Amino acid sequence: MTTKYAETAPATTGTKYVGRPIDRLDGLAKTTGEARFAAEHQYPGLAHAALVHATIARGRVTAVDTAAARAVTGVIEVLTHENAPPMKPAPKFSVLDLSSLASGTSVNYLATDEVHWNGQPMAVVVAETPEAARHAASLVRLTYEERPAVVDFAAEEPNAVQQRSNPVMPSAADKGDARAALAAAPVSVDLRFSTPPHHHNAIEPHATTAVWDGDELTLHEGTQNIPWLRKHLSQRFGVPERNIRVLSPFVGGGFGGKGSVWAGTLLAVLAARATGRAVRLALTRESVYHTVGGRTPSTQRVALGADAEGNLTALIHTSVSRTSRIGGMPEQITSGSRHLYAAQNVHLRQNLVQLDLLANTAMRAPGESIGTFALESAVDELAWELGLDPIELRMRNEPERDPLHGKQFAHRMLREAYALGADRFGWRERDPRPGVMRDGRWLVGMGVATAYHPSWRMPASVTLRLGADGGVVVRCGLHEMGMGAATAQAQIAADAMGVPMEAVRVEYGDSDLPPGPGAGGSAQTASAAAGVLAAAEKLKKSLLAMARRQPDSPLRGRRLEEVEARDGGLFHGGRGQTYAEILAGAGRDHVEAAVKSGMLSFMARTLSERRRYVKAATGAQFCEVRVDPDTGEVRVSRWVGVFDVGTVINEKTANSQLRGGIVMGIGMALSEETLVDQRTGRIMNPSLAEYHVPVHADIPRIDVHYLDEPDPTMPLGLIGVGEVSITGAAAAVANAVRHATGKRVVDLPITLDKVL
Amino acid sequence: MTEIRMKVNGSVESLDVEPWVSLLDALRERLGLTGPKKGCDQGACGACTVLADGMRINACLALAVQYDGREITTIEGVAHPLQEAFVRHDGFQCGYCTSGQICSAIGMLAEHAAGMPSVVTGPGDRELSETEVRERMSGNLCRCGAYNGIVDAIMDVAGKDAG
Repeated sequence: MTTKYAETAPATTGTKYVGRPIDRLDGLAKTTGEARFAAEHQYPGLAHAALVHATIARGRVTAVDTAAARAVTGVIEVLTHENAPPMKPAPKFSVLDLSSLASGTSVNYLATDEVHWNGQPMAVVVAETPEAARHAASLVRLTYEERPAVVDFAAEEPNAVQQRSNPVMPSAADKGDARAALAAAPVSVDLRFSTPPHHHNAIEPHATTAVWDGDELTLHEGTQNIPWLRKHLSQRFGVPERNIRVLSPFVGGGFGGKGSVWAGTLLAVLAARATGRAVRLALTRESVYHTVGGRTPSTQRVALGADAEGNLTALIHTSVSRTSRIGGMPEQITSGSRHLYAAQNVHLRQNLVQLDLLANTAMRAPGESIGTFALESAVDELAWELGLDPIELRMRNEPERDPLHGKQFAHRMLREAYALGADRFGWRERDPRPGVMRDGRWLVGMGVATAYHPSWRMPASVTLRLGADGGVVVRCGLHEMGMGAATAQAQIAADAMGVPMEAVRVEYGDSDLPPGPGAGGSAQTASAAAGVLAAAEKLKKSLLAMARRQPDSPLRGRRLEEVEARDGGLFHGGRGQTYAEILAGAGRDHVEAAVKSGMLSFMARTLSERRRYVKAATGAQFCEVRVDPDTGEVRVSRWVGVFDVGTVINEKTANSQLRGGIVMGIGMALSEETLVDQRTGRIMNPSLAEYHVPVHADIPRIDVHYLDEPDPTMPLGLIGVGEVSITGAAAAVANAVRHATGKRVVDLPITLDKVL
Repeated sequence: MTEIRMKVNGSVESLDVEPWVSLLDALRERLGLTGPKKGCDQGACGACTVLADGMRINACLALAVQYDGREITTIEGVAHPLQEAFVRHDGFQCGYCTSGQICSAIGMLAEHAAGMPSVVTGPGDRELSETEVRERMSGNLCRCGAYNGIVDAIMDVAGKDAG
């Protein structure tokens, strides 16, 4: 058992709404076409922009010919480095200002003739219609002086160097002598894995509508981080943050791809400034691939040694991933290997190469999604070597405390997750021999894998306003890209204030609101919940103080701990007052409470927590596949996922997020792959026709469960659910394929040729 | 420029369009109907699905001039039990593919009822199974992965219709 401690104020109210499968509040807007996304706002004189992409990987532009483009009817302007107004360079990273992480790349677009990757935008065409802009963009001629470029990940791998470590993401770990232990182990496996680049492929391509009014900017943009975007634009365009309004009420999918500021956003703002027109830049799907980073490819080695009973004596996990010379993030690929197994000796290293490609970026569970593929495949292979059930092998090595440093787990119920999953999935029905289970001509395989994702909390500011009618308004610049963010916070606020959900309205997606947490790291719900709960406590305190000053109030003399928020008011036993009565008695028409979370207190809390605890969501993934013995076709036929994600706020929307991660994990396992031409560095399949995301027919019924045990270190005990379910998913598929066919596929995606 | 007349969501619209303007751009940019979405502009994602005389089409692959005299229904003109069912079964997350999923499902149910074949349906087999729905809906991508909820919503409504 974990030690429970109350970091957040104990809930003084019941949970009438938290935990229930409530329909999302924006459902009507999204099923009637009423919801307007970033490219769907009209302005007088709105002009349309299109990008011209570099066709070399590295070098400089020596000549620009825009004559043919300018001759197209409706073209307003063609901007290149020769005539674009200046933009300030991207800010350098500073640990004191996390918004400095917002730069997608360090390139100062259109202020330089230098080409850093194949696809870099070198010109922007602005025209009266989108068709004219796109046509004219195809007519811009650029002449280049090419320089040698390093674009082949596999060829560059031998030159990898160790990532730099930081307090939240160490790049190396050693315990004992893992190499010697591996050599001495009676049973061992030593496997090399590869995973290809991936792209987010949110169905909404990135789009920006930019409108300048003097020095004031209004921006419609689907973003996962309004405060970072606003600050970044303020720095690049030299206007105060207060002059910039970012509106982002609907984000058509993000998955990490809308977390940073990429070229399209900057160039729309720049084009609007240069032309004095409202400008919309709705990227084509191809332009998204060329200007928004994706997931790094990786090569990994996982070597495991065990004694004859399956106790791990050695765990070695090393990785190579890539960044770019102009940016990108190193991934914590070995993160799961730090925390999942009680190995006696451990050796972990994360290495990097730098290429002349577009910077990579976070994509759903960066690091853990591909790292767990390798780790959990290797653990499965070790189970085969040992002749042991793969769940049993994991249970024998399930640590009581963090295996590297002996820290406590804030929460860890992996044993329970596997027990429930095995039961729901029918794991007992599995014949352990490979290639013997059949359904007609199909080979049937069953595989398991562990899911792991760290849990985070980010700073969030929240204002709660109670009106004379008893209505509650939650104001927080949350990001809604499908998680049901507003719905979850409305449930939390309704319970905290003891009002019906219909009385709660959540305002979000607007930089005029108190800054919310970014939608990343599965942190938004918990981060905002902490703010909502704290603001509700403040609000109730103010209301009680008002009531206590009223001569007839039954709440006179009562302390906050003694009263209960319910039925739209504060009560002690059977007696109390409604909020409307309290406000009326005080002669007020509303009362507000604001909670601000500063960067410094956030950093202090995070570092102190990390010193004491390992905080994470975990889960057990169960996959059944059918494999065609003649063609090697793999179909996922059943899935059970059991997740330890603490308290679940909304069963319906949490289920959807967990299922969504599994769907993306199935895509990663079987079909997703961004193909980079190893000679030119150009992406060869920048389209949804050639990059295969899972379709309806690829996805069976996905049975999702959770343990619903609160994490005592998180607000309301909740752990974010956005990413954990993609982790382990590809390994579960690979392990099921191994069971069905006897083949261990170590290179993703598991295409037919690799199975045959 | 070519003048075309279409009945869109019940009202007659006259438009002057260049011959290269897609039906999707005509709806979104000229008529302000942004319910149909542009996810790929090449017929690969289905987010732009609308109904043309009741048949589902990818509006991004259609030229506006081809639809002169035709009747177009976008999500803004849809009033169907599927919409409520999508909300109840959580058949979406971000909402960007949803207009297309719903229009496609309406068209799909009509196709199935009319006996149009699919790779799943055997001769004379008229039962609408989940497998059948998945097969017939595979032209509509959902990157949030709400496929289970979408199928549930469609089965729910189709079951009620059959009952």
